[in-house]
Amino acid sequence: MFTDADLDAIWLTLRLATTVTVLLLLIGTPIAWWLARTRSWLKGPIGALVALPLVLPPTVLGFYLLIAMGPNGWIGQLTQEMGIGLLPFTFWGLVIASVFYSLPFVVQPIQNAMEALGERPLEVAATLRAGPWDTFFNVVLPLSKPGFITAAILGFAHTVGEFGVVLMIGGNIPQETRVVSVQIYDYVEAMEYGQAHVLAGLMVAFSFVVLLGVYGFQRRGTSVWGSR
Amino acid sequence: MTMLNKLPLLVLGCAATMNASAAQVHAAVAANFTEAMKSVVEKFEAETGHEVVLSFGSSGKILAQIQNGAPFEVFLSADQAKPKALEEAGMVHSGSRFTYAVGALALWSTLPDFIEDDYSRLSSGDFNKLALANPKLAPYGLAATEVLDALDLTDATKAKWVQGENIAQTYQFVATGNANLGFVALSQIMSDGHVTEGSSWIVPSDLYSPIRQDAVLLERGADNEAAIALLDYLQSSSVAHDIIHSYGYETE
Repeated sequence: MFTDADLDAIWLTLRLATTVTVLLLLIGTPIAWWLARTRSWLKGPIGALVALPLVLPPTVLGFYLLIAMGPNGWIGQLTQEMGIGLLPFTFWGLVIASVFYSLPFVVQPIQNAMEALGERPLEVAATLRAGPWDTFFNVVLPLSKPGFITAAILGFAHTVGEFGVVLMIGGNIPQETRVVSVQIYDYVEAMEYGQAHVLAGLMVAFSFVVLLGVYGFQRRGTSVWGSR
Repeated sequence: MTMLNKLPLLVLGCAATMNASAAQVHAAVAANFTEAMKSVVEKFEAETGHEVVLSFGSSGKILAQIQNGAPFEVFLSADQAKPKALEEAGMVHSGSRFTYAVGALALWSTLPDFIEDDYSRLSSGDFNKLALANPKLAPYGLAATEVLDALDLTDATKAKWVQGENIAQTYQFVATGNANLGFVALSQIMSDGHVTEGSSWIVPSDLYSPIRQDAVLLERGADNEAAIALLDYLQSSSVAHDIIHSYGYETE
């Protein structure tokens, strides 16, 4: 049913989405915590920056990344100086692009879950003489768990479903940047509709199961975006 | 004055142009012919008063759109196969198909002196990436693989291939400097009869099968005088032919 090229694409997609999800949980948690707690005037601008990929066409992000990561762009010059070379057309180029692209899907559910905690648990922790790190790891994180689960699922699923950005900076290289969505696109363009159906059907089934999982959590008290 | 206030005026303006004995034609054009077509249409509109609405994209996507009812009246493909397929499906006004351009392939780099008008750079392996259009989807990509086969360089270069989904994206990979080398359409880097930027090698035409690009009048444009006039202009006007040649295409 699946060709070797399909299996390569599926494996690559899973590898990409897993890497991106892990990175996003690490990067997104402090951002979400800051956004949830701060009273700074920067909250609005930073929140808007994080949310930008929700409204920007992927081609805009892909186009800017292609230029920024290129030999004359600031990311490209940085990576060249670090001896990594250029990022477009590489797995790690896709990882960085996807981190930008899926950021709001991870930050917002965590932020909402943290905001929903309110002051009370933090005050209680403080009266019990818990330090800030202690409070964060032993009070905030466990209580925000549903937000983290939603964030991880959405971040993973959104990366799997990414297409426009990958098309712009990927270069369609087998086992490196040819993810499932690009493989489907190639089949459709080449009018190999039978093969396209197999992979496209898999994507529909996968997306349905993921959303079913997310709404399952929602019924148990936490909405997709984390608030109660 | 806001844009909204201007809207009725704009609509009126459009209606007025339509009435002045001129008609409108919607043409779908293969990505590689973009610049040449814009120049041809500029002259055509000035000479005839007709209005041309252009859509650009990969021929494969345009074909699928036409098969699914897209409102195009004229189709300029990057190959012969797709217009023929539409012909067989009865979607083409019979007898309208002709070759409007024969494309040429170039190896191109934005770096000056990177290519010394031959393929030595390609065989040296001294470059970061080689961009080409996806040979499964784009005629220029297929031609590029034929050239690499003919030069016996396919295996040596394959690890450095990056593929654009059409020739416009392939150009973009090279133009942004992310790929040192790329096989692009000569038309993309040529203007007024010479290559405008970087360094290049115009690939000898005996290394690949001719990229004959066919145009057709689609059945839904069969009664549109602007559509008929546009194809006639492409086929027989010397002004159009001069423009097409200046972008590095041959005509028949």
